Amino acid sequence: MSKPSLKQTLNDLDTKKISIRELNQDYLKKIKKKVNLNIFIHFSEENILKQIDNLEKDNSTKKLKGIPIAIKDLFCTKSMPTTAASKILENFNPTYESFVTQKLLDEGSIFVGKTNLDEFAMGSATNTSFFGNTINPLSKENEPLAPGGSSGGSAAAVAADLCLGATGTDTGGSIRQPASFCGVVGIKPTYGLCSRWGIAAFASSLDQAGIFSHNVEDASILLQSIAGFDQRDSTSAKVDIPNYFENLDDDLNGKTVGIPKEYSIDGTPMEISQIWEDAIKVLEKKGVKIKNISLPHTKYALPTYYIIAPAEASSNLARYDGVKYGFRSDEINSLDEMYENTRAQGFGREVKRRILIGTYVLSAGYYDAYYLKAQKVRKLIADDFNIAFKECDFIVTPTAPSAAFPLNEKQNDPIKMYLNDVFTVPASLAGLPGISIPFGKDKNNLPLGIQILGKHFDEQQVFNAAVSLERSYE
Amino acid sequence: MKIDKNTINKIARLSRIKLDDKESEDYIKDLNSILEWVEQLNEVNTENVEPLSNISSSILPKREDVSKDSNSSDEILENAPDKLEGFFAVPKVVE
Repeated sequence: MSKPSLKQTLNDLDTKKISIRELNQDYLKKIKKKVNLNIFIHFSEENILKQIDNLEKDNSTKKLKGIPIAIKDLFCTKSMPTTAASKILENFNPTYESFVTQKLLDEGSIFVGKTNLDEFAMGSATNTSFFGNTINPLSKENEPLAPGGSSGGSAAAVAADLCLGATGTDTGGSIRQPASFCGVVGIKPTYGLCSRWGIAAFASSLDQAGIFSHNVEDASILLQSIAGFDQRDSTSAKVDIPNYFENLDDDLNGKTVGIPKEYSIDGTPMEISQIWEDAIKVLEKKGVKIKNISLPHTKYALPTYYIIAPAEASSNLARYDGVKYGFRSDEINSLDEMYENTRAQGFGREVKRRILIGTYVLSAGYYDAYYLKAQKVRKLIADDFNIAFKECDFIVTPTAPSAAFPLNEKQNDPIKMYLNDVFTVPASLAGLPGISIPFGKDKNNLPLGIQILGKHFDEQQVFNAAVSLERSYE
Repeated sequence: MKIDKNTINKIARLSRIKLDDKESEDYIKDLNSILEWVEQLNEVNTENVEPLSNISSSILPKREDVSKDSNSSDEILENAPDKLEGFFAVPKVVE
């Protein structure tokens, strides 16, 4: 059987080798066979059949007509409930469509369902969801593995071939790390490339929508579809969106890749250092100049992130008060009691932890010491990249410090869990585009990922390097 | 220890999250270890560094200052847990 490909499927639909109905009924069957993986929070056969009916009546040409896409349940959708994997939004039915999902609908894609995630995207294993864990489709029987997170459901949906692409969001690595764990491609574009309108907010200065796919070509097609300016998001960028797919070029001869020495971290498994070296060797063979670079503030990225992200989250999540939408506690003898009980019962442990820490670092007397300090270090981290990119065209690093870990691995220590994002967070703080592609396996035959980072709005270079590495690996 | 029982109660109150005693204890432990960990930022010299609040390189766009009548109160109220005559309803606040 050939590998699933959105590009190939578009050709097959075009040449009538397969119909939209046949294609999506195939996917429906596959989804029903994999319910045990708990990939979807919301899935409705009736809804999919309705979308097929509507598309069959539609004679216009559309770029993604009939393509089955899975949507992270953080994007508001009119046709399906939106929960952010939280009890507090358990019964929320948006009356509006997010910018990104509207673009996908306009292109004629079919939404197969809403995928599981860490509650409000806070986590690295899709294990903080109110709706239970998602199981990594690459798990062996009786040895369930985590899919990574927070967009674990979307990564797993692509890995299990339950869709031809999926949306995700990435605040500190939530697309790239699960892509690495599940052996699929995941791209987080430049901050501002895709509108955040209609995405449940976590940390607004970091949140960015992106794509999971079976291969780099498909990612280039899908990213172009969801990118674009939107006046309803004040940080949405007014930039021209190139045709990434048409411009794909795997000839990297004469380019320079930066290899940051600070990403060699003590305790990183040998296998991860090995695939990193392998990727560098492949690039060297392709005529790429290897440049050792330094990003001196790298070690401060995680603590910076874990001040800024909770601070913004504590402010963003103030809106969940039991008044306007979502869950409201029954124990409501006064207004304050309603707020306090609603939020105590509606939020999970990790979300509460981040709201509390965020509230603390923003509170009177501590703002300068924590939040302002973190914003200043963030500037230094962003400057590191600006300086490095004067000497190189793109940067290559591992995506995650491990392969997928066991689902039941105890994660009692929050700091240990936060270390999952050690390679992905710096680029998030700097707002840079980054992709993870499968590259090599560990001793248990689990996929490992290589991350490619580019300059602001230079997604084309990121895609070109990724497609080049992918083609040499296959 | 930065966070003690009083501090956690104050933050919980500011966050409008009710905590029971067991939770308070757990969060005191968690928050103290996280704060101790982030304190390594004090090693970094940030004198004369501008804080970075918006990474977006584009200038915030302006728009015409025009009103739009969307008349969407029904839509806005659609997901309300409790509503009354076109308003959100909450427990009585005035005796």
